[in-house]
Amino acid sequence: MIRSTHLSLRGHKVDVLIGGDGPDLVFFHGAAGVTAEDPLLTTLAAQYRVHAPLLPGYGESAEAAHLRDMLDITLHSQDVVEELGLTRPILVGHSLGGMIAAEMAAIAPREVEKLALIAPFGLWLGEHPIPDIFATLPHELPALLFHDVALGERLMTGGLHLEDPQFLIGFLVKNARQLGMAGKLLFPIPDRGLGDRLYRVRARTLILWGENDRLIPPIYASAFAAAITGARVVILPEAGHLVTVENPDAILAALAAADFA
Amino acid sequence: MRFTWFNLMPWPDMPDDFREKHRSVWVDIDSRLFDPVRGHEVYNTYLDQLEYAASLGFDGIGCNEHHQNGYGLMPSPNLIAASLARRTEKVALVVLGNSIALYNPPVRVAEEFAMLDVISGGRLVAGFPVGTSMDTNYCYGQIPALTREKYAEAHELILRAWTAEAPFAFNGRYTKLRYVNIWPRPLQKPYPPIHIPGGGSLETYDFCLDNTYSYSYLSFSGYIRARALMAGYWDRVAARDTPDDSPYRAGFAQTICVAETDAEAERLYAEHVLYFYNRCLHIFPGFADAPGYRTVKTIQSGALAQYGARFRYQPVTWGELIEGGHVIAGSPETVRQRLEDLIRGLRVGNLYCLIHVGNMPTEKTMYSTRLFAERVMPALRHIWRDYDWDERFWCHPISHPVRPADLRGALPAPAPEAGMVA
Repeated sequence: MIRSTHLSLRGHKVDVLIGGDGPDLVFFHGAAGVTAEDPLLTTLAAQYRVHAPLLPGYGESAEAAHLRDMLDITLHSQDVVEELGLTRPILVGHSLGGMIAAEMAAIAPREVEKLALIAPFGLWLGEHPIPDIFATLPHELPALLFHDVALGERLMTGGLHLEDPQFLIGFLVKNARQLGMAGKLLFPIPDRGLGDRLYRVRARTLILWGENDRLIPPIYASAFAAAITGARVVILPEAGHLVTVENPDAILAALAAADFA
Repeated sequence: MRFTWFNLMPWPDMPDDFREKHRSVWVDIDSRLFDPVRGHEVYNTYLDQLEYAASLGFDGIGCNEHHQNGYGLMPSPNLIAASLARRTEKVALVVLGNSIALYNPPVRVAEEFAMLDVISGGRLVAGFPVGTSMDTNYCYGQIPALTREKYAEAHELILRAWTAEAPFAFNGRYTKLRYVNIWPRPLQKPYPPIHIPGGGSLETYDFCLDNTYSYSYLSFSGYIRARALMAGYWDRVAARDTPDDSPYRAGFAQTICVAETDAEAERLYAEHVLYFYNRCLHIFPGFADAPGYRTVKTIQSGALAQYGARFRYQPVTWGELIEGGHVIAGSPETVRQRLEDLIRGLRVGNLYCLIHVGNMPTEKTMYSTRLFAERVMPALRHIWRDYDWDERFWCHPISHPVRPADLRGALPAPAPEAGMVA
């Protein structure tokens, strides 16, 4: 059972989803955000005490105009961990959240002992450009994000009533808040220099990637592994970028196999 | 009433099947469609047309800034304005404008506008658009959620650069300069009049009122659809107890085609107008609005629904464009009547006349322009007679400007005496 709670950081509300029992784990969500019903959170909650802070503008978290760049968001995320009273929790980040978790581990290497990066943004290989999610239309997203595109279409485009003006306004407001925030780190090229700092990471690092990730192709797993000393790569079969939805059990199993406890 | 003859400078050779074969006229337009030799002719023809309009008594001739755009060949409007400065005399050079968040450092805008103002003898009307999302975010890579903050900082820097009497240090978040001290300075004091192209952002209304800038709605969807947006502006003017509601606080862009009769207008211009609306406005919706580019407040106001329509044109017919007011076309009397509706209905003192449309050839452009200048403009000239006092939003040229001397082929005089400046 995941429930929503909130913190106040420098006067700004931070929404945090918390649930489960076990070792402390902090999950940093991707650009699409995360809810209490998220398959990965509920799966992880079987083995871990899961804390999932929502980025500014996501869910009930207040927008934070004063957080503009990678360093701001990285330090904000560390402040959240601190405010949650956690000491060196396992850090797990997916996509945009993986980029943030990796930065945290690079900026404060002695604060992060166990790090799992699930298809993180943060590097850019000129030979393998990542599609522009900011110019992708809603109906084009499932093919980019899912191995099982039909599943993606059911999950992502059901309930989208873009012809209804009131729905459209709500949809655009949510997009502006969430993807506006994500754009601070990902637009126009999702590279904020992380590659120059990854050498500092001391955490035991697990790199997880859906074998059919069409947003950030799995060759990026090798790039992360090459930059982080001792990192292990696990490629998850029959999964796309949203491996968190398509195969959360495999992620849990990979964490267990790596002895993240 | 002030009339500015505006040329968007569209590429005239987009193929008939452009909509079917290409996803967007903007951002990722197929570079193979551009032929530079043809471009040489196109640019020079468009400059000819602007100079022609100046000769017919338009108050201003106008250009604007777009990037990677098949209907706007002016990534650098200042180059166009500079070309025009030398070949025109009294007409205002209306540059709407420079997207100030895109210049690094933004003092570049302060410098180039000052150059234009000085070269032209004070004929510059300057514009500071935030820029469309296509230009600003997708083509020029600005982070959407930070674009407005960067714009505001650039604006502050440019104004200080124009007005400060001594070098100053500028410690901005986006620009840090130890010595700001631009040369030359603008001729108009304290600086040229400024028009702000807006598309319905509430913040832009206030920005114009705070700074005494003219609000310009540069839409292609015509005056009927613009009513709600402009009403929102005038409501804001009233709500803030603005000292006056002079119509020169606002401007509007309108596609206009004039012929002897309504039927002749359709016969002469329909294909060129349809070229513009059906090919030039074929924009991939994924580029229309990067998330974070608009503020939540603006989206919630619903203004976006209207703005969004601009980028989601389905194929249209001449009849639909006329009926919807996207295009005002017809005999001089038809055009006069509809423009009077527009001018009074939107309460605008500045009209940006889009008379060259799409792939219209020069002869037709001149014909429409001449009919407008001779038979429409005079009848609308004094609509806002009560506001003749309002000179705040227009340029103030010097009274005795230098004319370009034609030295080509001249035989030089003997060497100048010592001490004379060459």
